[in-house]
Amino acid sequence: MSTLARWLRAFGRFWYGFIIGDDWTVAATVVAALVVTWLLHLADVEAWWLMPVAAVAATGLNLRRTGR
Amino acid sequence: MRDGADADAIPVLGAAAMSPTSVFVTTFLAAAVEVIEMVIIVVGVGSVRGWRSTWLGAGVGLVVLALLVVIFGSALRAVPLDALRLVIGSLLVIFGLQWYRKGIRRVAVNGLRGMGERPASAEGVVTRGVDWTAFVLSFKGVLLEGLEVAFIVVSFGLTAQALSSAALGAAAAFVVVASAGLLARRLVQRIPRSALQLLVGTLLSSFGTFWAVESLGIAWPSDDAAILGLVIWYGVAAAAYVVLLRRGRLATVEVTP
Repeated sequence: MSTLARWLRAFGRFWYGFIIGDDWTVAATVVAALVVTWLLHLADVEAWWLMPVAAVAATGLNLRRTGR
Repeated sequence: MRDGADADAIPVLGAAAMSPTSVFVTTFLAAAVEVIEMVIIVVGVGSVRGWRSTWLGAGVGLVVLALLVVIFGSALRAVPLDALRLVIGSLLVIFGLQWYRKGIRRVAVNGLRGMGERPASAEGVVTRGVDWTAFVLSFKGVLLEGLEVAFIVVSFGLTAQALSSAALGAAAAFVVVASAGLLARRLVQRIPRSALQLLVGTLLSSFGTFWAVESLGIAWPSDDAAILGLVIWYGVAAAAYVVLLRRGRLATVEVTP
């Protein structure tokens, strides 16, 4: 494997671990919550509370799933 | 704090009425808020992942920031800060939640004792070469907060026609808050590693949530003070999850007696 390919692989692995980690659903929940927050904001609905609630809920689901 | 768009409203105060001293004090206070956020991230990441790569990330962040300031000068106000906040905030909350849930599990299993002596290598931290996780977290924190300070200096300094006083105020805030952070470092290192990871995960998640939502143009109740509310929210939720895990209500974990 060339040095460039090795470097690209390590680079990809780093960002995968940084963003996805041990559970892709948490990252997906954060992104989805941000999109919904933005849509609610566009509809003039107060939406600052959604992200913290979604993040804590996703954490609870992760703990429930991985603890069993 | 919001970017230069808000600072543009400063003429309401009356530029002619602003003495260099009041520009210095106002910029000092505004910059101190941003520098506190920067220092919390650097001290937290360094305490959990080790200091070498954290300092490296912070140093490179400062160099990039200095280059941006030198190259763009007052044109810095054109940098899309909200886009930066969205990217950095989202990454920070996603990564912060990883440490948050790991910390919850570890505190549920081990309580608040025993893990302080655990070597960094046991946490999957790179002991040779660069620990890119520490580097990236520290770099992003310094660059984003540093840019916000630069915005404050440029916007406020130009509007009040006292750029040097504004720059001095920001520099003084950096020196004072960074010194306090260095002193606090020793105290932070006494916290058991499991609790520290939970604490830093809570802080990263709080800052990340704040920046990501703010970047969408949404105003938080009480502005920057909302960060404290987020820290309390994530902290209370973590405590509840620890209790539920220890009682076996959420999932089964082996609690060390």
